[in-house]
Amino acid sequence: MFDSLSDRLQSVLGDLRKRGTLDEEAISRAMREIRLALLEADVNFNVVKQFVAQVKERALGQDVLRSLTPGQQVVKIVHEELTTLMGAGASGLAFAQRAPTVILLAGLQGSGKTTAAAKLALYLRKEKKKAFLVACDLQRPAAIDQLEQLGAQVNVPVYARRDTTDPVAVARAGVEECTRQGCDVAIVDTAGRLHVDEEMMSQLAAVRDAVKPHNVLLVLDSMTGQEAVTVAEAFAERVDFDGVVMSKLDGDARGGAALSVKAVTGKPIKFVSVGEKLDQLELFHPERMASRILGMGDVLSLIERAEQAVEVDEQAEMEERMLKGRFSFEDFLRSYKMMRRMGSMKGLLGMVPGLGSQLKDVDVDERQLARVEAIVLSMTPQERRRPEIIDGRRRARISRGSGTTVQQVNQVLEMRKQMERMLKQMNAGGKMRLPGQGGRAGATRKATKARKKRRRR
Amino acid sequence: MRVSRTWSELLGEAESPAEAEEERRGFFSRLRDSLGKSRKALVGQIAAAAFDPGDEQAWERLEEALIAGDVGVRATAELVRRLEERVEIIDLGQALAEEIALMIDRPVSFDLSAQLSVILVVGVNGTGKTTTIGKLARVLHQHGRSVLVAAADTYRAAAEEQLQIWAERASADFVGGEKGGDPAAVAFDAIEAATARGSDVVIVDTAGRLHTQINLMEELVKVRRVIAAKLEGAPQETLLVIDATTGQNGLQQARLFAEAVGVTGVVLTKLDGSAKGGVAVAIAYELDLPVKLIGLGEQLDDLRPFDPGDFAQALVRG
Ligand SMILES: Nc1nc2c(ncn2[C@@H]2O[C@H](COP(=O)(O)OP(=O)(O)OP(=O)(O)O)[C@@H](O)[C@H]2O)c(=O)[nH]1
Ligand SMILES: [Mg+2]
Repeated sequence: MFDSLSDRLQSVLGDLRKRGTLDEEAISRAMREIRLALLEADVNFNVVKQFVAQVKERALGQDVLRSLTPGQQVVKIVHEELTTLMGAGASGLAFAQRAPTVILLAGLQGSGKTTAAAKLALYLRKEKKKAFLVACDLQRPAAIDQLEQLGAQVNVPVYARRDTTDPVAVARAGVEECTRQGCDVAIVDTAGRLHVDEEMMSQLAAVRDAVKPHNVLLVLDSMTGQEAVTVAEAFAERVDFDGVVMSKLDGDARGGAALSVKAVTGKPIKFVSVGEKLDQLELFHPERMASRILGMGDVLSLIERAEQAVEVDEQAEMEERMLKGRFSFEDFLRSYKMMRRMGSMKGLLGMVPGLGSQLKDVDVDERQLARVEAIVLSMTPQERRRPEIIDGRRRARISRGSGTTVQQVNQVLEMRKQMERMLKQMNAGGKMRLPGQGGRAGATRKATKARKKRRRR
Repeated sequence: MRVSRTWSELLGEAESPAEAEEERRGFFSRLRDSLGKSRKALVGQIAAAAFDPGDEQAWERLEEALIAGDVGVRATAELVRRLEERVEIIDLGQALAEEIALMIDRPVSFDLSAQLSVILVVGVNGTGKTTTIGKLARVLHQHGRSVLVAAADTYRAAAEEQLQIWAERASADFVGGEKGGDPAAVAFDAIEAATARGSDVVIVDTAGRLHTQINLMEELVKVRRVIAAKLEGAPQETLLVIDATTGQNGLQQARLFAEAVGVTGVVLTKLDGSAKGGVAVAIAYELDLPVKLIGLGEQLDDLRPFDPGDFAQALVRG
């Protein structure tokens, strides 16, 4: 719909039906598009290779061949495979039989461990558990102060010592103190370290051995590139972490590192961190991550819902109009209902990379559906299709007809406008994120031609 | 290919050759050490000796090696194209390093010749802004400039304390602000204090922010505007700090920070890890932004001027 991968796949596979046979070349061109999309999303290239081989096998099956929209069908397969792969494994935390449960946080410098520690503390507090923070980053200047300040913010005690440089001792003493104070969960923050730093990695292993954590979590920046694999492998080998916290997911990073890490270590992603505020920690949703990696926000579930909600040609028509940035009240009502069923619109559009931050003044009160519906139904068909003709007199009439106030009518008019604007931005945004999609593929194709030429010579 | 850049060179000073020579050697082997630590060299992966331009698989391996270094699909395609245009390739590794160096090389200035110069440091969360400022303050101090650092990160817990510790280590003056206060006001105060004290350089630390956070980017625009209004010609440098471990999102970071505050150069940090920092190649290619400095560790002297030739060699040869 709004998404370039499915468009590109559609154009590669579109004429499949006419030929009536599954042609090897079209499929490999489609796989190439998928490969590029995943590489753009920073999925490790080795993981991409394996993954694409897997998808290809499935795509060669019957469902694609018979589909009216093979492009979308392939995207769906890719999406499903991604979801399955990333979704496997236990989510959530392990809790000890006898308190305290110990959580150890590890990761590269600047990955977001300290913030994650405080967020976990708040999360646990909300789960009615007594959390306790242990400050074992004795490396970075003022790291202890940072954890102490955050601890105060979330109202969780912090164990810190400034008279030693030995994190093992601090960790041990911290967990003891947690037990003494009768807290349920000790969260141990550690210094950021490079996975290639032998000394620091041994130190981390020593901390681990000292406090025997029930959960070792690797905090990984969502913006991490190809090295995510090397990093995760090293941390897995040295401290055998149990799961991953993906940080900084509120940006527009596609987050392919999530897939890479899951694929090479088999460790599940447990939490995602979606903002600097301390309550912005969420459980991991593999299907959302899959959409994100494919650069389609959660447009995919929109497609699915649309498929269920409307007839095929009606859907095509709606897509067509949306693509042109036209968005009538009929479309509005339909998408409004669809979105409402799928959860909050803010949450939904927030998943579109780069759009989340623009939503601050768009608030869809979900309990107001009945009213919105009444307002739209009080419009004439002409008004629904061409909202720009709705003037003051018409507004008054609509408000009377729907039993609402003119102000409420205005709100709905404004909402439609906002959504239309956002759709335009989504179209533009897609292009902005991946400029010269055609050009790029072209460049490589040109290169291939040049190679062929060279070979002939 | 150009020789290594030294600090004296970058700062436009006459240098003592002996010192520079040592700096050069130290830098080169160090970069090599760090980049090569846990990685097979690109060249090893692409089997340079047996390179046959007609061998499709060899090209594919080359592409993969570049992608694995986070160079990105587009810059990789362009590098491949440029290599293909070469009439003859004797040493693929050498040829590739040359093309990478060409792609990333930009005329680099680091002009701090004004009576008072301001360096504004920006970037997403946790990339190494504060640490870089500490290191940079130290180098400038060593090169005879009096430096004042300004803690315009009034948001993150203990950000001010962190910068203050670095200021002490670097023998720089320090100006802080109120927690939760206006970062532009801190920058303003810092310039005022620096003018009063006759300092040479003000370095402004800012809170990490994602380039997609519109309000926070607007806040940054305001910081810059206030600096520009307070002191003519300032900020002389606006440095974007990017973590070398970053993937293709680095491009988007560079694009949006550049749009908002007119970035004059990139600082590529954490090159002491195994990450190649290839996204810098993509940034130079697509956005025409030069890398000016690189971070090679957490210690005071772990900051170096960027050298395209060295970087390319390190990326290719490991
Ligand atoms: N290994 C290595 N670590 C670095 C380098 N530069 C910074 N760091 C580390 O990265 C972490 C984050 O650095 P900061 O300087 O606090 O980063 P920042 O950008 O100021 O972070 P925020 O202000 O929180 O956005 C710290 O642990 C630093 O020691 C580098 O070149 N190499
Ligand atoms: Mg900082």
